[in-house]
Amino acid sequence: MSAKTDILKNIRQALGDDRGAELPVNRDYRASLGLDREAMVHLFIDRLVDYNATVYRTDAAGIAGTVADALRSRGKSGLVVPPGIDPSWLPQGYRFTADHDLDYDTLDAAEGALTASTAAIAFTGSIILTHSLAEGRRAISLIPDYHLCVVFESEIRGTVPEAIRSLASRRTCPITTIAGPSATADIEMMRVKGVHGPRTLDVIIVG
Amino acid sequence: MSVRVGEAAEAPDFRQAAHALLANKQVRANVRRATETIRNKRANVVGEMPDWEQLRDAGRAIKRRVMRNLDSHLEQFEAACTRAGGQVHWARDADEGNRIVTQIIQSHGQKEIIKVKTMTSDETQLNPHLEANGIIPWETDLADLIIQLGHDKPSHIVVPALHKNKTEIRTLFMEKMGLKELGTKPEDLTAAARAYLRERFLRVKVGYSGANFAVAETGSVCVVESEGNGRMCVTLPEIMITMVGIEKIVPSFDDLEVFLQLLPRSATGERMNPYNSIWTGVTPGDGPKEFHVILLDNGRTKVLADEESRETLHCIRCAACLNVCPVYRQTGGHAYGSIYSGPIGAILTPQLQSMEHSQSLPYASSLCGACYDVCPVKINIPEILIHLRTRIVENGDRGAAERIGMRMAAYTMSDAGRFSGAQKLVKIGAKPLESLGLPGWSASRDLPAIPKESFRDWWKKRQVEKNKA
Repeated sequence: MSAKTDILKNIRQALGDDRGAELPVNRDYRASLGLDREAMVHLFIDRLVDYNATVYRTDAAGIAGTVADALRSRGKSGLVVPPGIDPSWLPQGYRFTADHDLDYDTLDAAEGALTASTAAIAFTGSIILTHSLAEGRRAISLIPDYHLCVVFESEIRGTVPEAIRSLASRRTCPITTIAGPSATADIEMMRVKGVHGPRTLDVIIVG
Repeated sequence: MSVRVGEAAEAPDFRQAAHALLANKQVRANVRRATETIRNKRANVVGEMPDWEQLRDAGRAIKRRVMRNLDSHLEQFEAACTRAGGQVHWARDADEGNRIVTQIIQSHGQKEIIKVKTMTSDETQLNPHLEANGIIPWETDLADLIIQLGHDKPSHIVVPALHKNKTEIRTLFMEKMGLKELGTKPEDLTAAARAYLRERFLRVKVGYSGANFAVAETGSVCVVESEGNGRMCVTLPEIMITMVGIEKIVPSFDDLEVFLQLLPRSATGERMNPYNSIWTGVTPGDGPKEFHVILLDNGRTKVLADEESRETLHCIRCAACLNVCPVYRQTGGHAYGSIYSGPIGAILTPQLQSMEHSQSLPYASSLCGACYDVCPVKINIPEILIHLRTRIVENGDRGAAERIGMRMAAYTMSDAGRFSGAQKLVKIGAKPLESLGLPGWSASRDLPAIPKESFRDWWKKRQVEKNKA
């Protein structure tokens, strides 16, 4: 007998045939924070700052200027960008390399990556990527040591349930949730920022 | 069948192992400091959740739903994962799981893999199996790397190297990584690990992980982590292998909204861990080109068969029960002789092995109930401990049960000094617990009132008074 047949047989033996109706799940936990947009943005920023991310706020017309500000303050001359990035986000005077299957060594040598995002969670300070053309494949926001991420205010949800439900149409895409730069507390429970993922995360919130 | 839980079947009994470990002051200090830190962090982030109890109830209800129809959920997962381009394998036991992994690696002519932290591979002892077949498994989680380089054993489910302090880790890294100089701060040690592993992340062609959750509805797999080593391992290699216990299924994608709240707050005391990776089969142009999932039984269907302890399989491996356990906090994880230590290990380890080994573990508890209070999916560990003690007795090995229980009593009572010492300890022990605002250790169980004066003290006093008179 195959392993599958054996395992399923053992499960059926353990559970019997008369299982009864499917058990109900009471989902009366909190789905909404009941905050208005501005309060939600403030909460999100609080959480990001708590994770040591640097936060910029701007409007749609100011994205390129803010990208330039971020690059200047980090002392960077250019970034890797996904193939589907909005060209109006890219300021003059910097070098942007579109990711057409760049190899890992090139990504490792890059100064950082600029990406869009799909959703964000105010209560946990999380950013969610589903790796669309404007967000890029997973490797580009992973290998370079710096991630500059654009989050629109309209993407920001209050809670984990709201955000998970907002992914309904993108559930089978690769999904990465990011809450601050990579970190570890494996040595004497002291939190160290920056292990393997990008050690620096800057976020541009667009109103 | 060769069900295996690490090296638990050969481990000495708990009391024997604990006795030796209690003498190691350094380890005890490290364990106490680490568990104290996580406990406090957890209490803070759980305290800010007005709906924590509702989330625990939902987590428990989802897990009960999974178990009741585990067979159909697994088949649904297999179908969805296959549709998305994944390949699903089934493994009855540890050896079968390990063999499948080796075959996949060898069929691609590869000799190395990069691994995300996974308890399941410690359970099946995948690493020694791979090494025997000429394959190098690189552990990439910082704590697992410390364990691997030091030929050590994990002592905690979430922070497996918590028994090591930074001085010990520094010495280990300098020796094993061939470093002439290395700073003493955790930042320096972390940077050394980053440099050591980066080249491997970019080069090795096979990635390996466990899974925190496997979604039946979509065939998706979810890995929860902090360092980014998980993202590296599941993204950069060409071939990805995930071995997951059959109990890790959740029915629907939206069920993640419950567990992604319960797990990080319970495990590391964070509002959210830095990274979660969720992927479904293979995505052209993004990540591995080949994805294998191995669904592992290794004793789980045996646990499922016992209705009274079935909920042991609800565990999401947060280790909150270890951090609050008065026994674990004294002995650390190694005393349990199992990679699954603490209260959850005390019920999971013997059950996976059909109650044939690790029979001292259900006695490694004072039944205080603190584990039940913090469990994010409300596993009633104290009740299961008692149930398993009954099973040990009913299995006919009454001798073993009594030997373990009576030996502890005998050791204490055989010596008058020890006995009165024990009575004093009980009295002293209760005081700090009360003052910590832990009424009787836990909210669910009362600590029996301890008499202010023991019989022996009273007798002694009475004799003195009688002599005076």
